[in-house]
Parts: sequence; C-alpha cells; structure tokens
Amino acid sequence: MASKTIKLRARAKGDTVTVKCLIKHPMETGMRKDKKTGKVIPAHFIQEVVCQHNGNTVLTADWGPAVSKNPYLSFAFTGGKPGDSVSISWVDNTGDKDSASTKIK
Amino acid sequence: MKKFLIAVSALTMLGGAAISSAQASPSEDLKQFRAYFFKKFPGVKLQDYANGIYALDATRRFEWEAMEEFPPYEDGVEVGKKLFNKYDLGSCFQKGGIGIKQYYPYWDKKTQKVRTLEQDIMACLKKKGVDTKKAKIGWKKGKLAAISAYMAYTSRGKPTSVTIDPSKASLNAYNKGKIFFYAKRGQLNMACADCHVYNAGMLIRGNLLSPALGHTTHFPVWRRKWAKKTAAKKGKSGPLDGFGTIHRRYGGCNKQVRAKPFKAQSETYRDLEYFHTYMSNGIKLNGPSVRQ
Repeated sequence: MASKTIKLRARAKGDTVTVKCLIKHPMETGMRKDKKTGKVIPAHFIQEVVCQHNGNTVLTADWGPAVSKNPYLSFAFTGGKPGDSVSISWVDNTGDKDSASTKIK
Repeated sequence: MKKFLIAVSALTMLGGAAISSAQASPSEDLKQFRAYFFKKFPGVKLQDYANGIYALDATRRFEWEAMEEFPPYEDGVEVGKKLFNKYDLGSCFQKGGIGIKQYYPYWDKKTQKVRTLEQDIMACLKKKGVDTKKAKIGWKKGKLAAISAYMAYTSRGKPTSVTIDPSKASLNAYNKGKIFFYAKRGQLNMACADCHVYNAGMLIRGNLLSPALGHTTHFPVWRRKWAKKTAAKKGKSGPLDGFGTIHRRYGGCNKQVRAKPFKAQSETYRDLEYFHTYMSNGIKLNGPSVRQ
C-alpha cells in the first residue's frame, strides 16, 4: 500500500522480524521562531506510532518534540514469518495521520 | 573488462617501444596504486573499496547501511529519469544512455581533450535545443547531477572501464591529472594524495579519510552536508538537494585546503578525473551513493 509519508520494510531472519521505517514529518517542536516574521512556528509532531502484525499490536510508541525531523524507526519482534502483513500508523498533535503496510520478506 | 585488457596490452606494447619515456605507464601506475592500498588495508578486497570509508569502519558502516535502507537519493534518481526521458537524452548516447557510465571519462579524439559524462549530457541538451539557462541546469548540482545520477544508477554493477588512449596527447592529459593529484596546493599546502593516499583511514577532525582507490565509483554523490545546506538555504527540502558531481567535490576539496578552486568541467578537473577514475578501473560502479 503506497503511503505518502512512510517508507516501510520488514525482513524475517529465523523467528525474528526486523521492521524499519522512515517517516517524512517536520517534527516541529514549537520552540522555534520564524527568522523573517519573528513568530513562533507552531508545534507539529507525531505523538503516537503503532505497529501491527497480522492485526495484533506489536509496538506502540509515544513520541514528543524531542524526536527529530523525518524520524527513522527500527525494531524487531518475534513470532512473524514471511508473507505476514505488518503495518505502521502514526497520529500527530494536529490530528493528522498516515499509515502504511507491507508483507514480511 | 575486455576493453580494459585491450587497453593494458596496448599500453605494455607502447611501454616496450618508448624506451626514452621516463614516466611509468598508466597500467604500471594502477598496479602500484592498488598494491599500496592492499598493503595498507589488508583484508579489504578490491570491490569493497567502492564503499570508501564504510569498507574500513564498522560503526560508520552500520549507520550508512541504515541510511541506504531508505536512500535519500531515491526520489532524486526518479527526477533524473524523468528529465532523461523528457529531453530524450538517450538518443545522444550508445545503448540509449543506459549502462554506459563505466566508460567515462574518455579521450575525445575530435577535440583532443578528456570528455566527461556531464559534458556529454550538456551537449545533448544543447543539441535538443534546451535553453539550459532558462531551465536552470548548471554543471555541479541540481538537474544535471540528477540526470547523471540516473545514468549512474543504470550503470550499477558495471566495472569501471576507463581507457587511456595510447596517443601522446591523451597520456599527457593523464599525466597532468596525475601530477595534480600528487601536487601540494593551497594555504594548507596539501595534495589530494596527502589525505586520500598517505593518510587514508586516519581521522581528520571527526571525519575518516577515504582511500583514493574506489573513490570515483559512487559519483555523482548524495552528500548529507550538501542536502542540509541546500534545505536550510531554501527553507524546505527537495529531492535534488544532496546531489553533486565529482567536479563539485573537487572544488570543495580545493577550498578546504584554502586553494582557489577550478571551475567545474575545466580542463584541469577533467584531466584529474581521467587519472582519478582510471585508478578505480575494475571496481564496480555503485552510484549514486550516500556520503557525509
């Protein structure tokens, strides 16, 4: 499933599946000021990331403004095998969201 | 590979006939170049050198492999492909311009000068009647680099196959490039060889110096420093931000030793590229690649 902001890859090695994803997101802290106008650039960051394997949640991440722009997330879980589906979805503080899914290789 | 063997045999025949020549032949230079690095980094195979410092340092390699999982140059190569097809650049090249970068740069018999891929791309654009000024196509980065990156991408896996034409003029150009590489310049009085031959593998501030063997295989390069700089200047990031041609890097390197850089595609840099790329003959192309 093509996603606008998420590049996702899941690879199985034995019983362990490693999931890697790159999320395109400004992750604006809300502490920066626009150099030209002097106004504060509003906070815009991902608050929750959920990863599911065959419909079961395997990872929930609570993020804050400390996470940098275009976050790269990589983690591993056991119990998956090639062909299973893995999905990542995120929600940010403005209510924006996106998700992507892939099959484990 | 066959072309390389023909070139080597031609050079050895020439070497036998030119008894008066005091300079070693390019093939001799290549042998010595490789031997030096094989001795300096035992255990690193010839093909590994295509990855530069990532063949030498495990920690940096780990980070680099993570980056190559979702390469920042992916979208840029797509842009290059679109431009390549838009201007029908394939018609100017052999094999439709696909899988031919391994032969660059080459000795152009007509102009009696070294000719690079970027030059051939520009010439093709001009032939197609493209107003490169209006289309904002420069020599070092952006759209030209993206087109070159796409052509490099289609040539991945092909072994570098630069032919040093046995003519006197061509060998002259090769030797000029070789002299440039080893000559000290700038306020810091350093040669390319100082960093990339004698001190390859050493640290310079926080950076690891790459060996000159295998240097050219991954060009045009996506440099994180250029991507950051361009994104900061423009206020937002674009798919071509990190791209740069090898001449862009030559200029940057010269500036770093506080020497006045030469212009991109100047004869000086083209001769340098001729020598420089020949030194990586046989090593498979892997451009574009991510670097610091």
